[in-house]
Amino acid sequence: MTEKKFQGIPASDGIAIGPVFCYIPAQLTIPVCAAGTVEEEMMRFSAAREQARLELQGLYKAIETRAGREEASIFEAHQEMLYDPALAAKVQELVEIGQTAEGALVKSTEELAGLLSGMGDELFAARALDVKDVGRRVLRILLGLPDTALSAVTEPSVIVAEDLTPSDTASLDPALTLGFITAQGGLTSHSAILARTLGLPAIVGMGEGLLGNISNVTMVVMDGRSGEMIVEPGPETVAGYQELKLQRESHLQILKAAAGVEACTANGRRVEVAANVGEAASARDALEYGAEGIGLLRTEFLYLEDVQAPSEEKQFRIYREIFEVMCGHPVIVRTLDIGGDKPPSYLPFPAEMNPFLGWRAIRISLEEPALFKTQLRAILRAATGHQVRIMFPMVSDLDELRRAREIVETVQRDLERECIQFAANVPVGIMVETPAAALLVDVLAEASDFFSLGTNDLTQYTMAVDRGNAKVSGLFQPLHPAVLRLIKQTIEAGHSKGKWVGMCGELAGMTKAIPILLGLGLDEFSMNPRAIPEAKALIGKLTDDRAREIAHQAMAFGTALEIENFMKRSLESL
Amino acid sequence: MAEATIQVRHKVGLHARPAALFVQTAAKYSSKIRVKNLTANGNFVDAKSIIMVLTLGVMKDQEVVIQAEGADEESALRALRSLIDANFGEG
Repeated sequence: MTEKKFQGIPASDGIAIGPVFCYIPAQLTIPVCAAGTVEEEMMRFSAAREQARLELQGLYKAIETRAGREEASIFEAHQEMLYDPALAAKVQELVEIGQTAEGALVKSTEELAGLLSGMGDELFAARALDVKDVGRRVLRILLGLPDTALSAVTEPSVIVAEDLTPSDTASLDPALTLGFITAQGGLTSHSAILARTLGLPAIVGMGEGLLGNISNVTMVVMDGRSGEMIVEPGPETVAGYQELKLQRESHLQILKAAAGVEACTANGRRVEVAANVGEAASARDALEYGAEGIGLLRTEFLYLEDVQAPSEEKQFRIYREIFEVMCGHPVIVRTLDIGGDKPPSYLPFPAEMNPFLGWRAIRISLEEPALFKTQLRAILRAATGHQVRIMFPMVSDLDELRRAREIVETVQRDLERECIQFAANVPVGIMVETPAAALLVDVLAEASDFFSLGTNDLTQYTMAVDRGNAKVSGLFQPLHPAVLRLIKQTIEAGHSKGKWVGMCGELAGMTKAIPILLGLGLDEFSMNPRAIPEAKALIGKLTDDRAREIAHQAMAFGTALEIENFMKRSLESL
Repeated sequence: MAEATIQVRHKVGLHARPAALFVQTAAKYSSKIRVKNLTANGNFVDAKSIIMVLTLGVMKDQEVVIQAEGADEESALRALRSLIDANFGEG
């Protein structure tokens, strides 16, 4: 096979050169054939079940070493289901009336999973998925097919897949992953965000033909900055990319060395450059890259890892750990921001047509005051002695904000009455991520101590586009003039009320956007830690006058493409 | 045959870890053991089957009836009762 080049959407910077691991969840079809004797079929079932047990034990051990016992416990539960006497009895019953082991297994697991999913409770529905998963594993073994799960990657590889779900990536070993390439997805899909967090290159949206083009490929070169994938590269191509990789890495080392320098414009105005953080470990990363604070601490990870909501103590411990790591730097904690797209099992999520327009974020917190109060108590307690701010996600109305603040005050009174130590003067603000909030900043300022722009959601809601849908994700343009006007309006209205306005969306870390945002007067840029060194260097090159001029010119264009081209030219001339 | 009616006080009911412990305990005995959700008045299911025990949907403060039949029926029932009464080891 000769060298061939393909173009996708660049999703995470970096170059990877290596073998390909094609992740294809196998289509398991039951062959139509006559069953053997009852003994033969039951023997095949027992043998496959034993093989499945060995696989699950291996997975348990691998995940236990990589992520700890709690993460691994799911595979222990799978082993219990595998040897469930009800499953064995059902299979036996069906084999006795002439079914093959495969047919009996599929019917039995479907029936048992149906019992669980029919209970009308999220908690049990999740177990139904486990039963199906176990059934699928045994069936795959009966059919003699190999385990293609991502945990089967044995040498460092570039992972190529149609799409990657959160559960797929859970079984992924970062040490064996050189990068991701997916057919589906956009810049903010799960695998893209994960890749950026891990510092791995990623290309998404390669299109439907991807897996066909790569099925027999042994070697691939990918550039997560340009979005290029080269299959079966020749020796010259490989050497060229190895050179480029070294160049970029040494460039980043220089930037990182400069990370200790405070961010300020060429004319000496201080600007805050902070990090978006999703767990305790990345707070350390953030400091290493030169973050001057955390502009967005996501707390969802606490809520999605268990079958029950995290206790006050658990949250308190984790928040305190993060505040201590940041030693004195400001941290903005965003309260629970989840919805029907990734529902935790313990909340009564309705079936929703449009989970992104549905019951999520602050809307959940206001309706589940016990859950909300537990989180607020943990934050306020852990904030003692630290610079902490609380931020509510997805506010679209003043009444929502007033009600949320009332709950904060109630929690403060409770803690006072119980003589529990907490930080009394924690500023409370909101994310501006709905067009409604952006248009109402002057009104919301009555009850909000600060504002932080969330550009991913703001773009999604302004452009009315599902960013995970490859067919329309081209319209997901954070530099669209409509989005920029809302950003401008938010900063101006916030400042006119004497409020601080930051940004914690992806846009804040994009070099093509930073000059515009600086020119519009943004007070804080919060981004993926890895984007910080370059952002600081860029800010240092710009005077406020030059940035204002760029912003003024950019705002005059009619399309995102025109703005992007203009910004490309502007950055080159710096 | 030995029989007992017991209230489950654990906050998640007979689900997740409590359900797993219940089934693991039942599986240690040779007697045939059945359990049903008295509060929901459902059918008896095999107490050694994690899937069937989950289908009972036993929530916090609901009552279960446990029946054991066989050589070690008394000790099986005692073990299951003390597990539930001790709130599955969570106080």
